[in-house]
Amino acid sequence: MMSRLLPFPMLSLLLWLSWLLLNGFSWGHGLLGLVLAVVLPLGTRPFWPNVPRLRDFPKLVRFVLVVHWDIITANVVVARLILGSPRKLRPAFVELPLELTDDFAITLLASTISLTPGTVSADVSEDRRTLLIHALDMDDEAELVAQIKQRYERPLKEIFEC
Amino acid sequence: MDQVVEFLVSAAILVGGVFALVGSIGLARLPDFYLRLHGPTKASTLGVGGTILASLLFFSWQERALQLQEVLIALFLFITAPVSAHMLAKAAMHRDLKRREDTRGRPWKQ
Repeated sequence: MMSRLLPFPMLSLLLWLSWLLLNGFSWGHGLLGLVLAVVLPLGTRPFWPNVPRLRDFPKLVRFVLVVHWDIITANVVVARLILGSPRKLRPAFVELPLELTDDFAITLLASTISLTPGTVSADVSEDRRTLLIHALDMDDEAELVAQIKQRYERPLKEIFEC
Repeated sequence: MDQVVEFLVSAAILVGGVFALVGSIGLARLPDFYLRLHGPTKASTLGVGGTILASLLFFSWQERALQLQEVLIALFLFITAPVSAHMLAKAAMHRDLKRREDTRGRPWKQ
């Protein structure tokens, strides 16, 4: 019953919170937001292919904090690179072999890579096994791949267990 | 107290402004398309982040209540920015744009 009414509880929660943030916290908007949070996921259900279950919420919070911290520190590094001599940059295309198998988790990983300065995910292979990344300044390919795997891919794998 | 908040707001605006500027400088002076792609994705994280933080602090102080609307801007930006960067990169690979000669690795055929 519960799972039929709320197929994606996290999406519903996110919608409800967005509605409240957008319109201010009040009883009226709380109720209206609740209705929308139930109706919208039901209406858009066909557009959400198997979203993986969230297994580990504390790890997700940790992951979000790590990503924010990385964005701040890496921004400073990249700012220095941009203001320095462009000749010194060592740009590279890197292929990252994926361990994640789920589309949603791969999307999260690719977005994280794009948001953290210094790397942009450019493409994902047809078979979803490789991610193409462009790096602004790469020292060592193996090191970059290992760092992304350890810092972002492993936590995502544990969060969604896929 | 007013002055402390004023100082924090100014600092946040400055940090945001500086990083947005650096992003734009990157857009102007980096040598090829793929490198320039890094500029805007930077500006949209810390640049906008700093500005949002300043706005959040200022209005929360002025209204004497926590104002969190700005958080939505950050949320939507974090969802959309990587998608646009991905589409730009795909388009660039499709058109086989020139990249700096010393770029290691190669883009995929589209």
